[in-house]
Amino acid sequence: MNIHPFPSPVDTPTGTRASRGLGIVVFLSMVLLTLLGLVLTDEDVVQGSTVRLMYIHVPAAWVAYLAFIVTAIASAMYMWGKQHSLTFDRIAGASAEVGVIFMGLSLVTGSLWGRLTWGTYWQWDPRLTTTAFLFVTYVGYLAVRDLGGSHQQRAKRSGVVALLAVLEIPLVHFSVVLWRSLHQKASVLQPNGNVTMDGLMLFTLLFGVAVFTLLFVWMVLHRQRVLTLADAIDDGGLEAALQERRNEAN
Amino acid sequence: MTHNSTSTISVARAIATKDLRIEWRSKVLVNQVLPFAGIVMVLFAFALDNDGILQRVAPGLVWLAVLFSSLIIVQRTFAIESADNALDAIKVAGVSSVGVFLGKSVALVVQLLLFECVLVLLSLVLYQVHLSWGGAVLLVTVSLLANVGLAAMGALYGGLGAAAKGRETLLPLLLLPAVAPVLIAATRATESAFRVGGATLGEGWPWVALLAVFGALFSFGGTLAFGVLTEE
Repeated sequence: MNIHPFPSPVDTPTGTRASRGLGIVVFLSMVLLTLLGLVLTDEDVVQGSTVRLMYIHVPAAWVAYLAFIVTAIASAMYMWGKQHSLTFDRIAGASAEVGVIFMGLSLVTGSLWGRLTWGTYWQWDPRLTTTAFLFVTYVGYLAVRDLGGSHQQRAKRSGVVALLAVLEIPLVHFSVVLWRSLHQKASVLQPNGNVTMDGLMLFTLLFGVAVFTLLFVWMVLHRQRVLTLADAIDDGGLEAALQERRNEAN
Repeated sequence: MTHNSTSTISVARAIATKDLRIEWRSKVLVNQVLPFAGIVMVLFAFALDNDGILQRVAPGLVWLAVLFSSLIIVQRTFAIESADNALDAIKVAGVSSVGVFLGKSVALVVQLLLFECVLVLLSLVLYQVHLSWGGAVLLVTVSLLANVGLAAMGALYGGLGAAAKGRETLLPLLLLPAVAPVLIAATRATESAFRVGGATLGEGWPWVALLAVFGALFSFGGTLAFGVLTEE
């Protein structure tokens, strides 16, 4: 029997018919979003073309928060599931990776927007500061995943750190709110329900949120499958080394 | 049940006494880490180079120096354990991990308190801040409560670093964001104690309440998580 110990990308692709279909939908929607954001929508009365940054910034921030919620839920499902299934751990890891990328993107686009609108790249207001803390906390979470040891060990450690982050972040936010507050109030969801944005602009913003959410699902699906293969290589690598030693002995 | 709880407390007491005795005899903290904290205070003065500014930001500088020192203290407190795999031995012996966590935390609280006393005294001398008796009472309360939060998180993430051998570099990345709320609250309360920036003594006490909440939450979280994080 000549079974290769390592799963190769050719034998085990990370794409399925469904995820490829999703990928195509995401790509086409992205093209449409770009058109909407850059060409079809008007400039804002006050902000001018700066408002176009919002079509990336808001969806990116949304996806980042969504990703960290998914990480927390998947970690909890790993910790309290009877099977301690590594699939949940890998979903948590994949989601956190994607979340960190989008959080970085939202920080960059946010500070560019801030520079043009507020005249400064950074404001020490609670939402911004908490976001920066989230970013650092999940970079730390990814570092914990990278500590080595068995897969179960990685899953347990990072699961605990992910759940601790859920405890830490509200505390950080609360203490920074007490520290100071400057941020512009949310402009779309106002308490009285009056939407103050132009129809097409609002549509573009919400469409962006939807497209980025699909992109998130697509990225996590693939990343989670890649992580499964990486774990399999880890396991297979040990098997292969053992087999090699046995062959030497014969 | 009764047996369990007494053994957890006795484990905690044994670990804390042992840690403090090691520090008392080896004098590593006093001879090496405390001078480091002192140098940091002097360097702050070099970097800011203005008596007025120094006085204004003294509370923040004291707590930053405490945070930096706490990283070294936490690493030291777990280096003692991982040098001869003592953590593994403790686990194999079936000792309650909650007891270990509490013991480590208590020892850290005491060590941090020593540092805070010295750093506050240094700030009185070097940065010319003034401290009334009322301010001193506030400051002692702040230090004790802030230390509970710092020590709980320090023991937790320090334990994680020690369990994953050779990865202690991870500690600052995990610990500093987690204890940022403690830094904010402790600094604000200390501003009241030092009466800088127009702060009054009464404004400091609400922050003390906040520090108590942080300390309780962090200790609770640490008690639950320590066993899992240090598992082999």
